Amino acid sequence: MILGIETSCDETAASVVRNGTEIVSNVVASQIESHKRFGGVVPEIASRHHVEQMTIVVEEALEKADVTMDEIDAIAVTEGPGLVGALIIGVNAAKAMAFAHQKPLIGVHHIAGHIYANRLIEEMKFPLLSLVVSGGHTELVLMKEHGSFEVIGETRDDAAGEAYDKVARTLGLPYPGGPHIDRLAHEGTPSVKLPRAWLEEGSYDFSFSGLKSAVINTLHNAEQRGEEIDVKDLAASFQESVVEVLTEKAKRAVEEYDVKQLLLAGGVAANKGLRTRLTEMFETSDVELVIPPLSLCTDNAAMIAAAGTVMYEQGKRSTLAMNANPGLML
Amino acid sequence: MIVLAMDTSNQPLSLAVMKDGAVMGEKLINIKRNHSLQAMSAVEELLGSLDLKPGALDRIVVAKGPGSYTGVRIGVTLAKTMAWSLKIPIVGVSSLLSLAWPGKYFDGVVVPLMNARRGNVYTGLYEYQDGWQTLEEDRNMAMSEWLTHLAEREENVLFTGADVEVFWEEIQSVLGERAYHVSTEEAFPSAAVMAKHAEGLPDEDAHGFVPNYIRLAEAESNWLKEQEKKNG
Ligand SMILES: [Zn+2]
Repeated sequence: MILGIETSCDETAASVVRNGTEIVSNVVASQIESHKRFGGVVPEIASRHHVEQMTIVVEEALEKADVTMDEIDAIAVTEGPGLVGALIIGVNAAKAMAFAHQKPLIGVHHIAGHIYANRLIEEMKFPLLSLVVSGGHTELVLMKEHGSFEVIGETRDDAAGEAYDKVARTLGLPYPGGPHIDRLAHEGTPSVKLPRAWLEEGSYDFSFSGLKSAVINTLHNAEQRGEEIDVKDLAASFQESVVEVLTEKAKRAVEEYDVKQLLLAGGVAANKGLRTRLTEMFETSDVELVIPPLSLCTDNAAMIAAAGTVMYEQGKRSTLAMNANPGLML
Repeated sequence: MIVLAMDTSNQPLSLAVMKDGAVMGEKLINIKRNHSLQAMSAVEELLGSLDLKPGALDRIVVAKGPGSYTGVRIGVTLAKTMAWSLKIPIVGVSSLLSLAWPGKYFDGVVVPLMNARRGNVYTGLYEYQDGWQTLEEDRNMAMSEWLTHLAEREENVLFTGADVEVFWEEIQSVLGERAYHVSTEEAFPSAAVMAKHAEGLPDEDAHGFVPNYIRLAEAESNWLKEQEKKNG
């Protein structure tokens, strides 16, 4: 059994996972209510909340799992990437526990965690491709075996989730904006012409800043002309563009690399538009599409424990000199 | 009774292990290196060199602030998580008191200083009489204002801590010959002094233990100001 800890952004989370596949407990203390008043995550506030919540959340995870630290084989913690001041709290708490209980310590990459959230739903079959879409990341990751990650495409500017938040702010929607756009998109029709950034032929990279600017310009131009723009239609058009690029690129990569599974990962995986399109796309395909439930798409510690389990089995260990690494590479 | 004390509030890392009130071992590192990287390993090394296992600890004392937000948080997170893990009590001591120790036999009052930028300091007023006494609570204020206040006391004042240098000219211009400062080899915190002082302090609960930042986060104080404007 592995104890996972995650504090890379605004969730203080701890979880106990058995065999890397079974969630025994999964506790997440969200700070979203506190950050709402600022219209986004304030790093200093996030760090302060993590310190307040850390031991409480871990204790709750152990209690809910009905285990003691004696039964835990190792402690896995998000090492990066993320907000450095937030990561530091999880990393140091994990080090203190590893030291106090003399347990192995394992530093986990946050995105590896998001991908491994899928293993809590369905066993991985290699080679596989993972589409990682979150507030900070938009990546296509190829995995040929456990613990091996090859980034075949990534965003060159804004992450998809970032574009969602910025567009939402322009539309005057409350933070966090992603779910609001998703909801509005379902009520509107994609009637506004917006660009799709396919980039050079064959590229699996993404770019969303042009799309974001196009949405902002459309709004401003309409305003200047005194025209009324239907926010629902604009949201639908924006979402249509994001989803089309994401799913088309994923589909092409699935074919080129001849993978057995496509795993959806990251907070934006909660997006209904994206889920629906992928489900339709792979309905008749031999490739297995795995989409975790919402609670495992957003940041949590079960995914860190799941990824940490594989690293533990592969003999990977961190020392007490491990530091938070906001720019950690996958 | 074995006590581990630690201070990571500013650049120096100060650790001490005490047995029944006497120092078993100390560690001081005073170079620019991230506490998140070094503090836990330093604790492990110090305990190891004393042939102590983590389970031997009976109490943890930590500098709870003020200081660098990140530095204070690292110490507090390590301390509270160790205390909770080992099921032993935690006690917080002012990071300013940790700097006051060179003034133990000084004839006058002791003022530890930390540079809080833009002319502000974290400071407090201490005196040693049968142990360290807090004459005025830790605060964050403009140095100029603090000096005016200190001038009214008409006592000798010893300024402690590495940041005294920054303000020395200003201090002298207000307090003149009543002002004294520690020399550089005394300008670091002492976890051992914190541990000793903590003997007289009650145990605290690890879950509820938080740093004493003194200042609100900038975003929060701005937000409060805006709320006041809206309501006022
Ligand atoms: Zn994430």
